[in-house]
Amino acid sequence: MKTAAVLAALAVALTLQTTLAGMSMTGGTRVNLVLVAVVYLALSYGAVTGLVAGTVGGLAQDAIAGGIVGIGSLSKTVVGFLVGVLGAQFIVSTPVPRFLMFVGASFVHEVCFQAVYALVELRGFRMQYSAAVVQAFVNGAVGIAAFLLVERSPEMFQRGRRSSSSRRRY
Amino acid sequence: MLDIRRRTGVLLTVVIMGQLILISAQVQSKSGMPVFQAVTFGAFARVQGGTTGTLHGVRDLWGSYVWLRGVRAENETLRKQVAAMEIRLQEERALASRSGRLQELLNLKTTTSLPTIAADVIAGNPNPGLLTLTIGRGSADGVQSDMAVVAPAGIVGRIVGAPAAHAARVQLLIDRNAAAGALAERTRAGGMVVGVDKDLPLSMDLVSNLADVKAGDLVVASGVDGIYPKGFTIGRVESSERGPGLYRAISVRPSVDFSSLEEVLVVLVPPRSATPEGSGHAPAATTGTAK
Repeated sequence: MKTAAVLAALAVALTLQTTLAGMSMTGGTRVNLVLVAVVYLALSYGAVTGLVAGTVGGLAQDAIAGGIVGIGSLSKTVVGFLVGVLGAQFIVSTPVPRFLMFVGASFVHEVCFQAVYALVELRGFRMQYSAAVVQAFVNGAVGIAAFLLVERSPEMFQRGRRSSSSRRRY
Repeated sequence: MLDIRRRTGVLLTVVIMGQLILISAQVQSKSGMPVFQAVTFGAFARVQGGTTGTLHGVRDLWGSYVWLRGVRAENETLRKQVAAMEIRLQEERALASRSGRLQELLNLKTTTSLPTIAADVIAGNPNPGLLTLTIGRGSADGVQSDMAVVAPAGIVGRIVGAPAAHAARVQLLIDRNAAAGALAERTRAGGMVVGVDKDLPLSMDLVSNLADVKAGDLVVASGVDGIYPKGFTIGRVESSERGPGLYRAISVRPSVDFSSLEEVLVVLVPPRSATPEGSGHAPAATTGTAK
């Protein structure tokens, strides 16, 4: 069940990411939905799941993007693992810590990604900090929205059913 | 029996080592696309094509039947006609330029038009920061690696990697690993346009400090890379300053709006080095591969 949830989350994130990027080359670069999914899974299920999700999601993203397969997945593996470990050590069940976790993870991911690319291409470390910060905050907002959606939707569904059954009684 | 924490550490180490080996293998390899990548790309292109098709279907249904019946279809037809005419105009201009000055000197035959095929953009890049997109034409349509991709406004990029049957990946000219042979149309000063991580995503390098290039000059493909058709528009010079070394620092504003690409044309002419009668020039000024 957990494996299915992980795979489904990654597949949905990847499909949405490519669709968004296809609709607007600039808009798509402001969010990394696969990374959001990896952090979400790491916070929800722990370090091992974060690690595996980072590996699988990153490999798929790299393979579809073209170029060197493994750089994105390496960054996501590290981020997934770190978030899983930190999520187990601290209380991250409210929106603010979760948001900080998403933002921090996004920034660490970007630094890792650019650093490995710099090593592979034997060029200097080049990073657009403003774009990285924007992407980190957008990722954070999307991550919080995903948590709210998943956690609140059963409750809202139950409430809706309860109110409709009480209406029927009278 | 290993402790759970130690097992997690071992798993992390193994996974990271595996990925490092994977990256190393690709960096050292000079061959084509890895099998894993080709299979994943081909399979996902189908899914993506379906998703985009559905999305376009819903949008077209709304646009064509619910919202402005008829007018939208007419608008679409006119837009296509204008796009085709702009392509023709660019071809004619390149042809005139070539035949006016060089044809007599070099006694070359000019081609009347370039064979092209229209393609829909079916997906963007799932990896932020790397500028490629996926089009819905592939090897079954005659698309090959390194073929140029153009839009009515000018050059978009080139096909990278081995295309799938019905999909291919396009490296945009503004990607930081992309480059093209270029020249300033006014003075014929030659150089190389490369993608850069800046607000103005193109820079024209290797132009001598002695050359006359100034803001507003039209930059066109020089054709020396063997990929991009000569004379096609790349962009306009935004700023041109004397550099500290031998070369000028030139920023170029691309003529193509890369944020709203929906349809492109693939120039079905193989890169010069791929043809048997190739001139023996370097295949392209384009460096590296799409990432």
